[in-house]
Amino acid sequence: MTLRTTLLGAVAVMACAPAAFAERGADGNVNVLYWQAPSIMNPYLSSGTKDVEAGSLVLEGLAGFNEKGEVIPRLAVEVPTVENGGVSADLTSITWKLQPGLLWSDGTPVTAADAVFTYQYCTAPDGGCAQAARYEGISTVEAVDDLTVKITFAAPKPNPYQAFVGGTSPIVQAAQFKDCMGTKMPECTAQNNAPIGTGPFMVTDFKVNDVVTLAANPNYRDPAKPAFATMTLKGGGDAAAAARAVMETGEFDYAWNTQIAPDMQAAMAGGGKGVFINGFGTLVERIEMNMTDPSPDLPEGMRSTPAHPHPILSDIKVRQALSMAIDRQLLVDVGYGSAGRPTCNLVPAPELFASDNTGCIPQQMDAAKALLEEAGWVDSDGDGVREKDGKKLALLYQTSVNPVRQDFQALVKGWWNELGVEVELKQIDASIYFGGDPASPDTFQKFYADVEMYANNFDGTDPEPYLAQYLCDKIPGPDNQWQGENINRFCDPAYDALVAELSTTADMAKRGELAKKLNDMLTKDSFVVVALVDRGRLSAHANSLGGVVLNTWDTELWNAQDWFRVK
Amino acid sequence: MLTFVIRRILFAIPTLLLISFVIFTIVDLAPGGPGGNIPLTIPPEVRKQILDAMGANDPFMVRYVLWLKQFFYVEPAFILNGWWGTSFAEGAPRILSWESRQPVIDVIIERIPQTLTVIGTAYIVAILIAVPIGVYSAYRQYSWFDQLGTFIALVGYSVPTFFTGFLVIVVFAINLQWFPTIYDTTLNVTDWDSFLRQLRQMAMPVAVLALFNAAEISRFTRAAMLENLSQDYVRTARAKGMSERVVVLKHVLRNSMIPVVTVIALGIPNIFGGAIITETLFAINGIGGAVIGAIKANDLPMLQTLTFIFAVLIVLFNLLADILYGILDPRIRYD
Repeated sequence: MTLRTTLLGAVAVMACAPAAFAERGADGNVNVLYWQAPSIMNPYLSSGTKDVEAGSLVLEGLAGFNEKGEVIPRLAVEVPTVENGGVSADLTSITWKLQPGLLWSDGTPVTAADAVFTYQYCTAPDGGCAQAARYEGISTVEAVDDLTVKITFAAPKPNPYQAFVGGTSPIVQAAQFKDCMGTKMPECTAQNNAPIGTGPFMVTDFKVNDVVTLAANPNYRDPAKPAFATMTLKGGGDAAAAARAVMETGEFDYAWNTQIAPDMQAAMAGGGKGVFINGFGTLVERIEMNMTDPSPDLPEGMRSTPAHPHPILSDIKVRQALSMAIDRQLLVDVGYGSAGRPTCNLVPAPELFASDNTGCIPQQMDAAKALLEEAGWVDSDGDGVREKDGKKLALLYQTSVNPVRQDFQALVKGWWNELGVEVELKQIDASIYFGGDPASPDTFQKFYADVEMYANNFDGTDPEPYLAQYLCDKIPGPDNQWQGENINRFCDPAYDALVAELSTTADMAKRGELAKKLNDMLTKDSFVVVALVDRGRLSAHANSLGGVVLNTWDTELWNAQDWFRVK
Repeated sequence: MLTFVIRRILFAIPTLLLISFVIFTIVDLAPGGPGGNIPLTIPPEVRKQILDAMGANDPFMVRYVLWLKQFFYVEPAFILNGWWGTSFAEGAPRILSWESRQPVIDVIIERIPQTLTVIGTAYIVAILIAVPIGVYSAYRQYSWFDQLGTFIALVGYSVPTFFTGFLVIVVFAINLQWFPTIYDTTLNVTDWDSFLRQLRQMAMPVAVLALFNAAEISRFTRAAMLENLSQDYVRTARAKGMSERVVVLKHVLRNSMIPVVTVIALGIPNIFGGAIITETLFAINGIGGAVIGAIKANDLPMLQTLTFIFAVLIVLFNLLADILYGILDPRIRYD
């Protein structure tokens, strides 16, 4: 009797064990902290990372990116390629197959018509769709049948994984958003706050810029996921408070973007309640050299335009010397700690596109001085500043107001002074510097300075549009209301030709080779872009939260369906 | 009294209109724009479309007149619709935040409860502490209690809340782990247990703000009491043989209340305005958080509406303080 009971008990336990281990909603609530609070759950109305990432818990694309930057299927059965016939051989169309039986969180079926609607929704005129760039170059999106979506491009598209791929380009439900086209887009508050999606969670309550309460999606395609029944996505405070709430007080399970000073990182890591996780993407802090003359003596409309080359920085030897004088490792140690690493590249990743360019990392002060001598810049009057033809080697160095950037400015100024360069520093409020107002003299596009510092990256894994920013015809100037992306006013016909070649090359190995060459032309061959630090993402999670994989190629919450409570 | 109130309200209308114009101009002329928060990965054409759709590129006067119409006609109409189920101004565009694309008034209504709970409680606690301290300090001038009170008031008033706030977080949240550092706005007080949790999450911000406010009010109370204690009528009252209790609490205190009530009444709009620093430190996400968020995001509609509501409240509470004068001191009447 006893034996039988025991055996029965053992059988029962064995039967229950796997079920208890993988059951939707078995792990209760998970607390996530975004110190920049989500404002809206619809990424088509906000390009802010916080909003795109919050939205990605609910809305999904046909595919996404994994932590290695590879395209992985989400709603699609598989990723279409030229090999499996999903992408046409001439690269002008891509055909996605939806997984059969997919349901929206309200229980209605997901069809190809929803994808077609999403395309129309984002490209409708006057809507101001924030992700319109993801749908550029598309001539039609059609539903071949209920489960097949065919995208046709206007011209061959070597990288077709733009529309419906990743957190910035999800599929929305046609039934829910059908009355929200064009100018009505921002007015659909209820839909934008609680979109119906296919992701692991659905919104139960949304408080603007404060807190989003989510519950497990009952119709999620994997019946065993997500492990958490509810999620609280809280916003507010600052990066230090967020790190503290995970690492020291243990109130939260996950904190996004806990970018704090390196000494604080070390102190908080000792709290014992959580761990910092970091990952590197494509964000590079860099110094940009102005190839044109920003002198205030020039008439307005002539300053910083290609008509007047820069009197000092047009000489590659000066640019190279300025780069060589910088100790990038020290910049990392002061500003970013484990969330940064020195780099010489404009495109630091993915591996396929990253050049093996590391020559700039050791500081070479003596060689830099010799280079300036060689270029004719000598300190003839003994005041510590070099001159040439009666012109002093003096530079204006601008950036946005930000504590780390001001530390960088001070350090770089020190090294450049040692080199015999007079440096004047200028700081501009970020909202003006990046504001793009053509009437303001202080935007980074107008570049009324000799050198300037900021960080930039590219969306997704393909650097082609990013490298194409340095084409001759993208130079900002009075003719285009200073809206170009070629901030340095770099112009090289050979570079333009190589970008044109890249845009028609489909072979991945060849694309990598071309991208590396373009990267080198801007960095080590010309020193127009002086890369400083490859800035990673730094987030924190509690020791009791399992399954977290930091992804820098898609949203950080990309695998929230796999998160679980460590018991 | 009634004519006085009516006259003051009528005067307030042009004042407020002027204030709204000045605020709009200042906010609009301030350098920077909503484009600064759009990531650089967004190409310039798309950036322009986004700003056009927001209406950020419309001319100044168009945006100002639209805001006036929305604030004084559309938004009140929506509130009336909510109460009576009417359909005034149906389909008219409401004031939408540039950052979140939410109706600004809805955001404010969503945020008022936590601000009133935390900042309001702190204000009441401050008054409850400050008035007795002020009274006793004045009555026993230069005693050790008065010296201690002066010292604490000086510390409370001169040490900024971002310092005291951080201090209490380190001591009570990190080391002792008594209180949470992040305020939970989704907590509903339904039973004893949730009430205790609410008290715990309010404890630190309330303490920090109460110390700051109490310092100011206690100094005002003390000064007013001192002034009255040396008056002739106090000597008369004592000569008539009244107890010290009656002299201090009935005669002196009531006469000393006039400046104190003014200070308290004029401080009330600050409760609605929230406490920017304290709210950010404890992630309370109230009105103060909304103001700083709107400033950071260059969210002009949000900032304009909030600032204008503050202006209305200040005008309103000035009026209220004037009316309270008349009630506290029958000699002051405005007829």
